[in-house]
Amino acid sequence: MTTKIQVLGTGCSKCKTMTSIVESVVKENNLNATIEKVEDIMDIITFNVMTTPALVIDGIVTIKGRVPSKKEVLDLLNSNAHKPESNSSGNCRS
Amino acid sequence: MFDWIQQIADWLVYDVLGMQPENHLAEALNFFIYDSTKILILLFVVIFFMGIVNSYFPIDKVKNFLSRKKLYGLEYLMASLFGVVTPFCSCSSVPLFIGFVRGGIPLGVTFAFLITSPLVNEVAIGLFVGLFGVKTTIIYVVSGILLGTISGVILQKLKLENYLTPWVKDVLASAQREQDIFLQEKQTFKQRLPIIWDEVLKILKGVLPYVLIGIAIGGFMHGYIPEGFFEKYMDKDNLFAVPIATIVAVPMYSNAAGILPVVQVLVTKGIPLGTAIAFMMGVVGLSLPEAMLLKKVMTLKLIGIFFGVVTICIIISGYLFNMIL
Repeated sequence: MTTKIQVLGTGCSKCKTMTSIVESVVKENNLNATIEKVEDIMDIITFNVMTTPALVIDGIVTIKGRVPSKKEVLDLLNSNAHKPESNSSGNCRS
Repeated sequence: MFDWIQQIADWLVYDVLGMQPENHLAEALNFFIYDSTKILILLFVVIFFMGIVNSYFPIDKVKNFLSRKKLYGLEYLMASLFGVVTPFCSCSSVPLFIGFVRGGIPLGVTFAFLITSPLVNEVAIGLFVGLFGVKTTIIYVVSGILLGTISGVILQKLKLENYLTPWVKDVLASAQREQDIFLQEKQTFKQRLPIIWDEVLKILKGVLPYVLIGIAIGGFMHGYIPEGFFEKYMDKDNLFAVPIATIVAVPMYSNAAGILPVVQVLVTKGIPLGTAIAFMMGVVGLSLPEAMLLKKVMTLKLIGIFFGVVTICIIISGYLFNMIL
């Protein structure tokens, strides 16, 4: 199954770093995944994320507000249960 | 406490390089080695400490706390205090703003957080201790927190909800004190440490060039500009100095790391501390890029009022600094 990866960020340098890290992890490990950059602020807030950059895997916010290491991203992609970093949003997917 | 660094700097410059102590270049180099070593050590300590606090108290918890608790007016101060320990990248200010407003946190409280966060943070504190000493740092931190608190209260009193952009008003209308379901991670300190450590190194790496360039410029000025050089232009009695310094600073943008070493040299060369700090707060706290970002959520009028209130508070604290220090 193709994994859907989304990188949320309005285009600051940290967000770009995260995108390139995710891209290289997917490429180096030949993962079956699509990477989408979510740059529009209206779309970003629907994820209920307050700090960018954030990494969303199959609709679940896994990392927010910091740039992860390659290993961390790989571990997240490999584990089937993508553990959310701290909280998952309640009912306000507006 | 830092004598040993001075000794190393002396040894490197005068013994290893064989330069003369009276030489301007030698003096500048000595100052550079001493200052950058000391500041890097302090930065490391403060960033590491804040990283630990932040790991246990991330932004989501701050939001939950502020929207849940009845704080009887203390919420402005709390938001301002949280701003100190919760760093955020400036490009997060809009999602943060929305997150807070959606959680039912009043506008003024949200502003208090947004104002203090860039003013008083781990990098600013580390640099302040290194450059100005503990006493000045405490005064700076306290005034930064009060500045956020008071600006927040004023902005709340002005009832500015009408000046938000229409879609934010919708968010506001549907705001609920919902609690995010919190999957409390039971991570041990040992599990957290690598992530904290990683962040510390990243932050240090990020600010390092600014700090070094700042100190280099500072070192250069230190060696070449005579003591008291600026006194003739900007002494304490010059009432216009503080407002002018602040207003010039507002459109400019730099982080604390870049601006503080230069500010320190300006102070040693005769610019009053309050004037210099007002300038620094203007540069760090408010900027044109930030205004551009905020346009997504606020009308120009609201941005104008927001910047106006904060600018006035900065000017007042500049005067206060000049009076007490």
